[in-house]
Amino acid sequence: MINNSLKQLGHMLASKQISSVEMTQTFLDRIAKYNPSINAYIALDNEKTLAQAKAADVRISNGSAEPLTGIPFAQKDIFCAKDWPTTCGSKMLANFVAPYDAHVISQFDAAGAVNLGKTNMDEFAMGSSNETSYFGGVKNPWDVDRVPGGSSGGSAAAVAARLCAAATGTDTGGSIRQPASLCGFTGLKPTYGLVSRYGMIAFASSLDQAGPMAKSAEDCALMMNVMVGFDARDSTSLNRPKEDYTRGLANMQGAQPLKGLRIGLPKEYFADGLDANVGAVVQAAINEYKKLGAETVDISLPNSQLSIPVYYVLAPAEASSNLSRYDGVRYGHRAAEYDDLMDMYMKSRAEGFGAEVKRRILIGTYVLSAGYYDAYYLKAQQIRRLIADDFTQAFKQCDIIMGPTAPSTAFKAGEKADDPVAMYLQDVYTIATNLAGLPGMSIPAGFSNGLPVGLQLMGNYFDEARMLDVAHAYQQVTDWHTYMPKELHES
Amino acid sequence: MALNISDIKRIAHLARLEISEQEATQTLTKLTGILGLIEQMQAVDTTGITPMSHSQDVVQRLREDVVTQTNMREAFQVNAPKIGNGSVEKAVEGGLYLVPQVIE
Repeated sequence: MINNSLKQLGHMLASKQISSVEMTQTFLDRIAKYNPSINAYIALDNEKTLAQAKAADVRISNGSAEPLTGIPFAQKDIFCAKDWPTTCGSKMLANFVAPYDAHVISQFDAAGAVNLGKTNMDEFAMGSSNETSYFGGVKNPWDVDRVPGGSSGGSAAAVAARLCAAATGTDTGGSIRQPASLCGFTGLKPTYGLVSRYGMIAFASSLDQAGPMAKSAEDCALMMNVMVGFDARDSTSLNRPKEDYTRGLANMQGAQPLKGLRIGLPKEYFADGLDANVGAVVQAAINEYKKLGAETVDISLPNSQLSIPVYYVLAPAEASSNLSRYDGVRYGHRAAEYDDLMDMYMKSRAEGFGAEVKRRILIGTYVLSAGYYDAYYLKAQQIRRLIADDFTQAFKQCDIIMGPTAPSTAFKAGEKADDPVAMYLQDVYTIATNLAGLPGMSIPAGFSNGLPVGLQLMGNYFDEARMLDVAHAYQQVTDWHTYMPKELHES
Repeated sequence: MALNISDIKRIAHLARLEISEQEATQTLTKLTGILGLIEQMQAVDTTGITPMSHSQDVVQRLREDVVTQTNMREAFQVNAPKIGNGSVEKAVEGGLYLVPQVIE
């Protein structure tokens, strides 16, 4: 059962082969068994979880079930969930219990989904290895000496280890896609503005976007149907007609379902810095796409090398402003001893934030400070436009862009923890889509030395349905997305 | 533009982060590395390019000036920190938050 798709789990519930309480208990038992060594979840409340499962069983019985009713999901600890601890992986919020639900959480609740618990993450989503979490690192289920990626590392490990049916994540510079690549599953960062940021703890507001982390494109499509929608409480939420993201999946049958699809291959994504084995796996996946009828087009995203420098101006700038709210006055950590108000601010923040968060606040403060604004912040915003324009040009020549998700497979814990610049390069292929606001996706494409490798799909604005179709077509003829770590098979 | 220790201390003060000598020294090394990465931007000619603050070209929504949120003061104050300086009481009184005295 743990390997079943969301659709299969839904059928099992609808046909009364199993109740939601039983299904939920199966996952809770796996969590009890494996979570102590993996550290994917940082908050569990079996009573609350099973109460939701009972309520779902009632809905299933009285005929008001929706596709996700009764299915157990993991929620990244960046989302406020009423009466659940919501820490964002930080000591600053270690004792914070959310007084309301994030939009994403209320959407899952309304759909009748069950919340298994809150998942570990890099502190305030700042990291690519989950090592900056105040609650300790997360183990990659494929090799416990290695990191799961980040920042959505707990959700990633939970999906890979089958400690949930699927999970939510957020992606500011690659935090859904890079862990999806390193842990071997399907993750989608939607177009900026599709999923409401209400109740999602802010990192860099012009880049943050929530999305699904699941075993397959089909599962992601079902989750998108629940997660996407206009919400007046998020000033950048887009008001668009409702879409069914599963609508095209059934057409991905037959010999050449992708006939006529033009796949753009950006030369910059296959240059120096890409691990050769990862490159070979990605190339093999692209060859598979040709068999499905697609054609490839060589393209260029000439400014893509600048995406990391631009991101490390804009994201810290926005973060330094967003995180100024943590002052020890109304919620969050307050220092035990202080002299006056200024001392209380300074000590509370120094004690409450970890080293990486402090570094980013300092960079952000610096680039926004008097005299430096034009040279850094304004310059970065100008280059951001150049990066977005590169994609506009590219999508005149192709329908979808493909390349690697991450430059390497999962690296060892501690390997890059003391070298921020090396860590930042993990997101070299994912950041550009955040800057442009475009959707990006990672799907399992194979293995290198026993570790998963992800293929990245980048689409035009609002083209998620087509991206899901393209990913689904590949998953119909390959089985990379069905693999899970062997030693975790036992339920 | 090279940073020095006094820059780090000035920025930390602007960011309201207490920083020790040792932390300031370590931070200087790491921030210098990160700023080195950022410096790559300076090679690009951006004359005449409109800065992009958001990916979607949308305008701020307006709404009627009516109350849309319910009062959640009590629910919010459950999360108030402890007063500190020897007191483990929550830093709230009469629906307000308690902070060190700022006016003589």
